[in-house]
Amino acid sequence: MSDHQLRVSKIPRGTVIDHIRAGQALNVLAILGIDGLGGETVSIGMNVPSDRMGHKDIVKVEGRELSQDEVDVLSLIAPEATINIIREYEVVEKQYLERPERVVGVLSCPNHNCITNADEPVETKFEVLDDGVRCEYCETIVREDIAAHIAVE
Amino acid sequence: MRDDHLLTAKQLSREDVEEVLDRAAEFDADPSAFGDRHEDAILGLCFFEPSTRTKMSFETAIKRLGGDSVDMGTVESSSVKKGESLADTARVIAGYADALVLRHPSQGAAKMVGEFVDVPLLNAGDGAGHHPTQTLLDLYTIRENAGLDDITIGIMGDLKYGRTVHSLAHALTNFDADQHFISPESLKLPRSVRYDLHEEGANVREHTELDEILPALDVLYVTRIQRERFPDENEYQEIAGEYGIDLETLEPAKEDLTVMHPLPRVDEIAPEVDDTDYATYFEQAHNGVPVRMALLDQMLEADR
Repeated sequence: MSDHQLRVSKIPRGTVIDHIRAGQALNVLAILGIDGLGGETVSIGMNVPSDRMGHKDIVKVEGRELSQDEVDVLSLIAPEATINIIREYEVVEKQYLERPERVVGVLSCPNHNCITNADEPVETKFEVLDDGVRCEYCETIVREDIAAHIAVE
Repeated sequence: MRDDHLLTAKQLSREDVEEVLDRAAEFDADPSAFGDRHEDAILGLCFFEPSTRTKMSFETAIKRLGGDSVDMGTVESSSVKKGESLADTARVIAGYADALVLRHPSQGAAKMVGEFVDVPLLNAGDGAGHHPTQTLLDLYTIRENAGLDDITIGIMGDLKYGRTVHSLAHALTNFDADQHFISPESLKLPRSVRYDLHEEGANVREHTELDEILPALDVLYVTRIQRERFPDENEYQEIAGEYGIDLETLEPAKEDLTVMHPLPRVDEIAPEVDDTDYATYFEQAHNGVPVRMALLDQMLEADR
């Protein structure tokens, strides 16, 4: 085990999200809907030295495994991240993120005049572009700060 | 979702456009000769925004084809006022009609409604998004006056919020047309439209002054600069005058320039232009009926 990983102790069960681009850890928590009120134990390492990335963030969430939807959106803001599923203190599964073709029901559209922001029975759908995302309803393209548009419940 | 909704001009291939325009020309030649074409067909009109030309031309078109229309009336007089969702309103009216026409102030409204209804849907304008049936009548008018290939077209005015501009720009990528966009910096084409035009490999240039490009134009498509978009009235006044045209402005233009406008106009085109050969905007508005007859004919026929 490397020195970097020892900065935060091992967890018995849950998810370790490693190799998050430095500065994005809090946005990762936003994607997961973790605001401290849900009772999960969360450990965060920010700006941890990394051979591969220079610096990186790490998030460890005890007692929770990520859904595919969460992983999909995570890939938009932390494309280099690796997801380690932990059971009995051991990594039982390691996932590398792949950018999805679209994300559904996770981002909100920044265009206030988009039908998805009206009180209608419709989920947001965004096409994933090379350098951003695009609302499938109003076609607004979002390139900067995608994390700010995560629709946190 | 059904694949026979018309939601954006991006759906239209060159062949699709030509098929509708050719059929429109048949209706245009003798509009009163098709009164038994779609007897008993009912068109549902869902207009959540004021409209004169689009709504009346659809009503006329369905009547010319032998059918009739049902109309939800104004928002104030409908169940929308009671808080009913657009999705529910559209689903109910779709149960009464053989096809629906929707105008709505929200972008993406037509796409959403298309996911809920079982009859063909025509997007008649969704906020600053798209207006594909307007585009087809624009293309019909351009074809009649200048042809659709080997042309240089200038599109001027509010390019940011102008849905007719967005749809026309997409549709013109099917043809050999050089597109020049003229607007103040604050009303340039939105990022999403530029993205699509770039993806299509369209020949596009942007300008802030009309005189940079006017002498080269075969078609000048003028749109209203929308006063309500400007936070500062003085800023609007300064810009609005610069983006209007009169006989003096048109002096450097080609003799056979075609001047178009989706209407209504305010002061973008001086009335003195109306009596010149340049003026094509009233003909353009009249073309709404045969073009919408052709669209409705195609959709109702396919749905039989």
